[in-house]
Amino acid sequence: MLRQTPLNAAHRAAGAKMVDFGGWEMPVSYGSQIEEHHAVRRDAGMFDVSHMLAVDLAGDGARAFLRYALANNVDKLSVTGKALYSCLLRPDGGILDDLIAYFLREDAFRIVVNAATAEKDVAWFNALIAERGPGIALTPRRDLAMLAVQGPNARTKVWAALPGSREASEPLKPFMAAQFGDYFIARTGYTGEDGFELTLPAERSVALWNELSAVGVRPCGLGARDTLRLEAGMNLYGQDMTEAENPLESGLAWTVDLASARDFVGKEALARASIARQQVGLVQQGGGGVLRSHQRVLTAGGSGEITSGTFSPTLAGSIALARVPVGVTPGDTVTVEVRDKRLEARVVKPPFVRQGKVLV
Amino acid sequence: MNVPPNLKYTDSHEWIRKEADGTLTIGITDHAQEALGDLVFIELPAVGRTVKAGEAVAVVESVKAASDVYAPLAGVVSAANTEVTDAPEKVNADAYGHWLYKLKPANAADADKLLDAAAYSKTIAAE
Repeated sequence: MLRQTPLNAAHRAAGAKMVDFGGWEMPVSYGSQIEEHHAVRRDAGMFDVSHMLAVDLAGDGARAFLRYALANNVDKLSVTGKALYSCLLRPDGGILDDLIAYFLREDAFRIVVNAATAEKDVAWFNALIAERGPGIALTPRRDLAMLAVQGPNARTKVWAALPGSREASEPLKPFMAAQFGDYFIARTGYTGEDGFELTLPAERSVALWNELSAVGVRPCGLGARDTLRLEAGMNLYGQDMTEAENPLESGLAWTVDLASARDFVGKEALARASIARQQVGLVQQGGGGVLRSHQRVLTAGGSGEITSGTFSPTLAGSIALARVPVGVTPGDTVTVEVRDKRLEARVVKPPFVRQGKVLV
Repeated sequence: MNVPPNLKYTDSHEWIRKEADGTLTIGITDHAQEALGDLVFIELPAVGRTVKAGEAVAVVESVKAASDVYAPLAGVVSAANTEVTDAPEKVNADAYGHWLYKLKPANAADADKLLDAAAYSKTIAAE
């Protein structure tokens, strides 16, 4: 039996094609996923991301606990509402999940984790709390729904749909969040566009969805979410990184600070690791097919593999994230095995697209 | 789901129209384009290629996935529709109005053994 979000009936009413995504029944598209993609790049689209889980951590030692539990440093969070992207690592450096941590108060943080990994993460945190975090209370918030509203006009449309929200959320800089009544409004996202991620009581989610729809925000499914995040050069957990890889070989060295004195789970392993592979972006040259995950990439320094590949609606061509031998550099041309053919691709540094502009 | 009564079908979601000269015109069904989603790349067989029944002869790729298109019968490819390789989205807009390739079958009578509209409708209902 697939799990359903509070918006399940709203998706069906909007004509969604529903699919199994990590055990959740989610909309993949409501018609053309390319049109949904363009709506987010050019105007505003909304995604039900209620399958993801918010986890609240409260207690006096919350910061010290997260300083140890997360690969990125929560001490970068000094202003209330500030958000931080981080990996959650195993002691051997393998990636358990990627998440966003929000600083609410000195003794309260909110962490948002992926749907398919949510139970594993909660068990992991609970075990670590038992060992290192006496007095910290962990509360999974399945009572909350989450909506991502993304695009150049997303914020304006949220203000139109949610009266009074403008005053609370207009001053927010990117990667900042504020509470507005029952609504937690964060200027974050997974598309490379401006916008908000709204966390709210589940029972209010249908009303907000309808209000947003009424002001012209287009419902978008997981299909468009995938092409948007890939253009934005953002990893998908389970595909571009798993427990078998560490952040240094997944394009996430910028989220890991090995230089400071701070100890964290996985640090010792990362400091000792010899890194032979790296993540790069690929732009396919000359047509002939679409780059897909698991296709082999042939380079001068040995072979690698595509971790995510798709047709990019903005570039009108195929792009991919790939894990290849260290030494391959932007500007190189590599070969990708696509069925019985060998297609050429140019190596680039992601992102491919940000704020509607092509960067490669 | 749109399943025109005058066409033949396969359980791998090709539609087949038998022309007066015995040539078969082949495309993918409305059900197939719907399941694949936005098409972005189509690769067609070379004209003159000899194919076996059930052989993968063409590829249709959507944003989501790549899918093979199979030869319904043995024969020789007699035409390929460059209109759909230039604009794959036309197949999404009208799957029966845009053929992929034509086949001169080794044995024209075999076409009568393909699924009719009623049988194909049952196939997709069972999926």
